[in-house]
Amino acid sequence: MAFLIPPLRDTKPLPASNPGLKAKGVTLWPLLIITLACLYVGVVILLPALSVVAQAFAKGPGVFLQNLGDSDLLAALRLTLFATAIAVPFNTIFGLAAATAIARRRFRGKALLLSLIDLPFSISPVVVGLMLVLLYSPNHGLLGPLVNSLGWKIIFSWPGIVLATILVTFPFMAREVIPLLEEEGWEQEEAARTLGASNWQVFWKVTLPSVRWAALYGLILTTARALGEFGAVSVVSGNIRGETQTLPLFVEDAYKQYHTELAYGAALLLGGVAIVSLLLKILVEQIMEGSRKSIGLDVDTKDS
Amino acid sequence: MVAASPLPSGRRLAGLPRQLKLPSWPWRITWAYLGLVLFLPLATMLLKGSAVGPVAFWQMATTPVALASYKISFGIAALASLINGVFGLIIAWALIRCRFPGQRLLDALIDLPFALPTAVAGLALSYVYSKEGWLGAPLQSMFGLKVSYTALGVGVAMVFISLPFVVRTVEPVLRSLEKEQEEASWCLGANPGQTFFLIILPQLMPAILGGIAQGFSRAVGEYGSVVMIASNMPFKDLITPTLIIQHLEEYDFASATVIGCVMLIFSLLSLLVINALQVWGQRYQGGEGTS
Repeated sequence: MAFLIPPLRDTKPLPASNPGLKAKGVTLWPLLIITLACLYVGVVILLPALSVVAQAFAKGPGVFLQNLGDSDLLAALRLTLFATAIAVPFNTIFGLAAATAIARRRFRGKALLLSLIDLPFSISPVVVGLMLVLLYSPNHGLLGPLVNSLGWKIIFSWPGIVLATILVTFPFMAREVIPLLEEEGWEQEEAARTLGASNWQVFWKVTLPSVRWAALYGLILTTARALGEFGAVSVVSGNIRGETQTLPLFVEDAYKQYHTELAYGAALLLGGVAIVSLLLKILVEQIMEGSRKSIGLDVDTKDS
Repeated sequence: MVAASPLPSGRRLAGLPRQLKLPSWPWRITWAYLGLVLFLPLATMLLKGSAVGPVAFWQMATTPVALASYKISFGIAALASLINGVFGLIIAWALIRCRFPGQRLLDALIDLPFALPTAVAGLALSYVYSKEGWLGAPLQSMFGLKVSYTALGVGVAMVFISLPFVVRTVEPVLRSLEKEQEEASWCLGANPGQTFFLIILPQLMPAILGGIAQGFSRAVGEYGSVVMIASNMPFKDLITPTLIIQHLEEYDFASATVIGCVMLIFSLLSLLVINALQVWGQRYQGGEGTS
């Protein structure tokens, strides 16, 4: 935590050869830095965020609530929740499986594999959507004939939206859990196994509890991103209002159609989700920090 | 893993199957999932891109519209991430080395660009910087500057989206710096400027560059917020991801694939650079720790 490190100006003033200069530097610089940092964050982040709230309530809370009852908005909300409800459990299972499989192994190409898992972070969401179109599009896709013969509809339908959401959000879980497992080592699992626990028991009773906070953190990040995904979904969804439109797509569409209040209503809904996920994230971070600190203290007392 | 001896000792015979058994299911799930979700689409795109043929690929990748879009995407993203390199360092410094009221709020706000859906960010930014917006109106009347629906708007969106990266990469390094070094440098008569530029900044450099690279990569790929604040006119403020979408809307799948491949190759390269920077940073940290 930040407060563990005493601030610079708390250090004992050294027998300075040049006290005038030092005093000036110590009193003036922090103030300047704090002002700059707050101004920059205020203009770049806080002001736009507040504008969403102001615009959503510009015509009073009654209009805002009325907008939330819009049938297209509700359909978009339903589709977004549906896609998230499928994508998050799948990605959670993958993330935990990948973490237990990769973290404790040493093999050639481990770094490469970890980088590939990170790829959806650095790749443009539009390219992610394009990849799915090139794979599943009935006329142009590599698997198009197969998709057609099975009678499925993937692109411009909900399965495409779910696939895009999964592809964009799958690294979060693995990325949060892997470092923790690497740090903690093998001993507890080994001990459990010598005591006769089965693999499944080891996973449920030893591995999972030891990474539960990191996993929860990953879960929050996955969910937040899945609810808000725009680029990849916009490529594979046909953007048909009330049918294949997710909530982020609805925001853009309503804004383009000059239904400004509707757009801001939906935006505030999504922004609320973002705020809640941020608060949860801070909470989990504090818990993780606390547990790590207690482990750290244990080690310290053992050493001394 | 030494698999050289054909006759393993009794101890290894007992240990080996057990070790192999545990990872087998997670291992299988991992590869099956990765294969279906990531490798299959990735391979398809590279296959479709290579099926175009090298000459046609080059032609489609370097049409004037595409070249202009690269210039806008990569140029503005570079500027945005460099701006955030400077301000990210300032913010990280304020968060770690200073105490002031509202610090926790500042800390929480930094993560907002990660958490806020990009469509919401685009909506907010395009209003704030529009002619009647909170910042757009004063900028327009005082400097005659138009931000929304211009390349400047693209820059604003990219600055927003790439702000957290440098702050979050610099923070842990700044926190772990040894204060003794700074005290030593003071004792030896260095002024604060010398201490900062000769002692602190070199140690932060890998983290700063890593954060800039991550922010740049994110800004280049950003679509949702940029598409809402830009007018999406070719040669003016059309970014490469939007160009891909426009090609798809015109059913020009070949061009979309080719430009998609260009962006994919860029993403792979940027991953390599970011990894290299991380390795460099770790080596630096490790060296500091042991000495």
